Amino acid sequence: MAVTEIRPTTDALLKTDAPKKPANMGQIIRWTLLFLGGVAMVMPIAYMISTSLKWPHEVYNLKLIPDEPHLENYTYVLEDGRFYWWFLNSMIIAVITTVCNVIFDSLVGYTLCKFRFPGRYIVFIAILSTLMIPTEMLVIPWYLMSQQFGWLDTYWGIMFPGLMTAFGTFLMKQFFETVPDDFIEAARIDGLNELQIWWTVAMPLVKPALAALAIFVFLGNWTAFIWPLIVTNSVEMYTLPVGLSSFGDEADVAWELIMTGAAISTIPTLIVFLIFQRYIIQGVVMAGLKG
Amino acid sequence: MADLAIRNLVKRYDKTEVLHGISLDVEDGEFVVFVGPSGCGKSTTLRLIAGLEDATQGEIVIGGRVVNNLEPKDRDIAMVFQNYAIYPHMTVRKNIGFGLRTAKMSKADKEARIDEVAGILGMTDLLARKPSQLSGGQRQRVAIGRAMVRDPAVFLFDEPLSNLDAQLRTQMRLEIKKLHQRVGNTIIFVTHDQVEAMTMADRIVIMKDGHIQQVGTPAEVYHKPANTFVAGFIGAPSMNMLSGSVSQGKLRLGSGTMLDLGLDMAEGRAVTVGVRPEDLHPGDGPALVRGPVTVREPLGHETLIYVGAEGQEVIAKADGRTPPEVGQEVTLTAAVETLHIFDAATGDALR
Repeated sequence: MAVTEIRPTTDALLKTDAPKKPANMGQIIRWTLLFLGGVAMVMPIAYMISTSLKWPHEVYNLKLIPDEPHLENYTYVLEDGRFYWWFLNSMIIAVITTVCNVIFDSLVGYTLCKFRFPGRYIVFIAILSTLMIPTEMLVIPWYLMSQQFGWLDTYWGIMFPGLMTAFGTFLMKQFFETVPDDFIEAARIDGLNELQIWWTVAMPLVKPALAALAIFVFLGNWTAFIWPLIVTNSVEMYTLPVGLSSFGDEADVAWELIMTGAAISTIPTLIVFLIFQRYIIQGVVMAGLKG
Repeated sequence: MADLAIRNLVKRYDKTEVLHGISLDVEDGEFVVFVGPSGCGKSTTLRLIAGLEDATQGEIVIGGRVVNNLEPKDRDIAMVFQNYAIYPHMTVRKNIGFGLRTAKMSKADKEARIDEVAGILGMTDLLARKPSQLSGGQRQRVAIGRAMVRDPAVFLFDEPLSNLDAQLRTQMRLEIKKLHQRVGNTIIFVTHDQVEAMTMADRIVIMKDGHIQQVGTPAEVYHKPANTFVAGFIGAPSMNMLSGSVSQGKLRLGSGTMLDLGLDMAEGRAVTVGVRPEDLHPGDGPALVRGPVTVREPLGHETLIYVGAEGQEVIAKADGRTPPEVGQEVTLTAAVETLHIFDAATGDALR
């Protein structure tokens, strides 16, 4: 609504002020930078699709339009039974991890935000500090843990490090700060227990943050490579990125097949984004109206 | 419905004591307003009654039952918050019905109860709306509806009108008072606005710095303030405070006027004389204040005049048609029986 109200005034300004005024330098630079940024974003995707339409001998030719575009790669990948396994593995892992993150991160974030207890600050700092440790450093301890617990080459092994994230906890804590305490106290007086308050009152009020978190976590797990590569041994347990990278033989990497698989695998991420983005936009709009 | 008693209530946050042992009895069906400046402990008291905070010492008794160790939901209270606290993701119907979620009632009974409350508040047409589609006054009504729906023993209101504009506040004030007359539940209402306190309360509790200063009906706290704080806080504009002393059994004012009030006090005792602006006016009686008019505030039927004297400004009321000019020297007088005498040192009322 705010946008539609503002628009006429901007239009009116442009009309009266500068009917044929040339764009100024700042504007040209801004547009150029935006254009370059856009190209940098789109080119890899364009090459991915282009490569998926090429024959093997054309792959190292950087032409964007293939000489003889064809869909054989898609047929090959979709007829290869392994692809479905990997797709399913990735889907199971990404969905479960996303659900767990949405629940656990927000539970911990809510607790850290709305309850006063000794050591609260230390717990928060401890959780935050794990953000500073890169995944590469954690891979070995994770592997040793998985080995001892017998989780190697299992879904549980792939998922456990990501079922809760420090980033998600931090994000949710910050968002719960925007939920007035009055809501929670009102619910407490109305007879809800703490878990009910979190679920029926607090959670609906942070939907935009939950949507953002869901997108981040889903994408992160859908595209995760290093940890699934290390923890899985059997081809049936591979996730999509790990599986795709195994296309080809030891002498040659089948880039056209990898790109085909990658192109197909972007579809779920697009769907997830399309489902949740309206909540994010809604959140931004709501924040704007309140302001 | 139930009575409520607070006995020697103390609240400490770490080492800071914010309530210093207050006691109060509220009768069944009474409308009691806690009023005082910010930081006086009125909201803390309300939160202690609600069970949102734990009392450090003392007892809270609702309907003959000590509730200190009970959860808010078990205290048979309902609370209306300053910023309404109605849930933006629920419709008005769901918001009002929220208090019944945990009630052991059939769905049909719950719906009927919601409709009944909505009818009382005149919101039947709005039940399907979301809070974002309501005005400030309507939102506040939803909040009240959510409190009413459970028919609690005690209603707690925490500055519920301070987010509304002046006109709406006056209207809601009236509506809440009517509502109280209709449903008759005990109400504890917290505000910093003395006009709200005066207009709505059966009894007013005036608080300052964690102590109760005075408890009384609006007429009592207005006409017989217990100390200079109450005298200054209740009434707008504030009561004028003049310094004086006792001399030969009479009151000697800064203006030099001697008033025979029949005071039986020690010679030379310093006192503060309080006189309300509405009792003070230009005239021929004993001169309480003499000085030039510095500012005039015409209100139509009367004019407030500010008179500079004895290093302070005194407010008086003059006729609305022929008020004195700015700069004009005036003599202000008041009937002797309207004067309030306080101890200059302690501020306690002496007469």
